[in-house]
Amino acid sequence: MASNEEILAGLAEIVNEETGLAPEAVELDKSFTDDLDIDSISMMTIVVNAEEKFDVKIPDEEVKNLKTVGDAVSFIAGAQA
Amino acid sequence: MARKVVITGLGATTPIGGDVPTMWKNALQGVSGTHTLTDDWVEKYALPVHFAAKATTPATEVLSRVEAKRMDPSTQFAVVAAREAWKDSGIEEVDHDRLAVAFATGIGGVWTLLDAWDTLREKGPRRVLPMTVPMLMPNGPAAAVSLDLGARAGAHTPVSACASGTEAMHIALELIRSGKADVVMAGGAEAAIHPMPMASFAAMQALSKRNDSPETASRPYDISRDGFVMGEGAGALVLEAEEHALARGARIYGELAGTAVTADAYHITAPDPEGLGATRALKAALYDARALPEDVVHVNAHATSTPVGDKPEYTALKAALGDHVNNVCVSATKSQMGHLLGASGAVESVLTALAVYHRLAPVTINLENQDPEIPLDVVTGTPRALPEGEIMALNNSFGFGGHNAVVAIRSTGPKVELA
Repeated sequence: MASNEEILAGLAEIVNEETGLAPEAVELDKSFTDDLDIDSISMMTIVVNAEEKFDVKIPDEEVKNLKTVGDAVSFIAGAQA
Repeated sequence: MARKVVITGLGATTPIGGDVPTMWKNALQGVSGTHTLTDDWVEKYALPVHFAAKATTPATEVLSRVEAKRMDPSTQFAVVAAREAWKDSGIEEVDHDRLAVAFATGIGGVWTLLDAWDTLREKGPRRVLPMTVPMLMPNGPAAAVSLDLGARAGAHTPVSACASGTEAMHIALELIRSGKADVVMAGGAEAAIHPMPMASFAAMQALSKRNDSPETASRPYDISRDGFVMGEGAGALVLEAEEHALARGARIYGELAGTAVTADAYHITAPDPEGLGATRALKAALYDARALPEDVVHVNAHATSTPVGDKPEYTALKAALGDHVNNVCVSATKSQMGHLLGASGAVESVLTALAVYHRLAPVTINLENQDPEIPLDVVTGTPRALPEGEIMALNNSFGFGGHNAVVAIRSTGPKVELA
C-alpha cells in the first residue's frame, strides 16, 4: 500500500517519463489536459504505466473522470484499499 | 516550358556521418561505415551475418527524449535529416500551403511493429502502446516531417523497396512542375538493422557473409563480391521552384533536371538480366531532363555489391549512354555506407548533388579486382574532378519488385570550392 505522497511521486515519475515535464510540476490540483498539456494518447500510456506500478486496474470508462492529478491519486489510493 | 526545380538544402544521417559535411568529407576520403554488430541478438538468434553499417549518430542523441519516444527509429532519422536540410536551405518564410513532403521508406516501422507484437504476446493487449500504429505506419516519416515543418501541400510516401528514396525525388519534381507546390522536402529513411529483416535478407542470400572482415564486405564491382551490407539512416533534399529560390537569393546546389520511374515486370526480386527496365528509366530520365547521353559526366550507381545485381546496371548504362559510357566516371558509395534500402536513393541523391556542386566524384572502396564483365570507369583511391562547364550526373536506384528510378542533376553554376 502506497501513501498518497508516494502515489503522487510515482505518478510524477510516470508523467516525466512520458512527457518530459519536471516531476515537481505534477501537483494535485493540476489538470492533465489544461495545465499539463497531456493528450489522450499520452494519458492512456500514463494510465497503463500507473496500473503496472501500483498494481491496480483503471477501467477505460474511469479515465475520463481523472481530470486532475489529485483525481488520479485518489482513484489509485481507493483501488489499492 | 515546365517550371525548373532546383536543390537548395541538403541533410543526411548515415553510417559515415551524422550530418552532410561529415558524410561528404568521409565520402571523399573513402571510409567504411560497416562494423561488427555488438547487439546481443546477433548471438541470441545465431544470425549468419554478424555485421552492418549503423548510423554514426543515434537519432536519440539529436532529438529530445520525448520527441523520440513517439517515433519509430526510421522516423527519427527522417526528422533529423529533414531538419538539417531545412536549416541548410536558409528558408525563413514560406507559404505553408505551398510546402509539400515526399518522404520514402522501404520497410517502415519494423522495430515498432515487432516490439509491439512481443509486448502483446508477453504482457497482453493492455500493454500495447496506443502510439504503436502511428509509429509503425510507412507514412510515419512523411507525416512527422510534415508536422515538424508545417508542410500542408500534401505529404507523400513512395514505397518501392530500394528505389523508394529516388522515387521520392520523382514525386517531388512532379509536385513542383505541376504547380501543386513551390517547395518540397524530399527524402527517404530506413531503420531495419533488426534481427528479422537481417535473417530474411540472409536467407535470400542477398547479404555478404564476410564476417571476418566487415569493413571490406561491401565491394561493388569486385569479382569477389558476395552480397550487400545492411545500412540505416536518412537523406533529405529541399527542392524548390527555381523562381522561388531566385527570389530569396538562395544558394543552389544544382537543378533536379529530370527523373523517371519504370517497372521490370520480370521477377519479384531478380533484376532483368538485360537491364531493360533500368535502360528505359535511364533514357526516360535523360529525355525528361532534355539531355543527351553526352551531357552525363558522372553516375552514382545503385551497385549494391550483389553478384547478380551489379552487372545488369552496367548493361543498362551501356544501352542508355552508348559508347559514351566509357567517358562517365562511376561512384559506388554503398561500398562505404552499405545499403540504406529505402533511404539509399535519397542519400545518394544528396551525394550526387554535392558531386555536381563541388565537381568532385566520391570514391568507391574495396574494389581490388574489378569484374571484367563490368568495365566501368570506377572512381577509386582519390575523388575524381569533374569537368568545367555545364555538367550532368545521374543517380540510379533499383528495388525488389522490379522498381527502377533515376534522377538527373544538372549543374547551375561554376565549380564551388570546398570550404
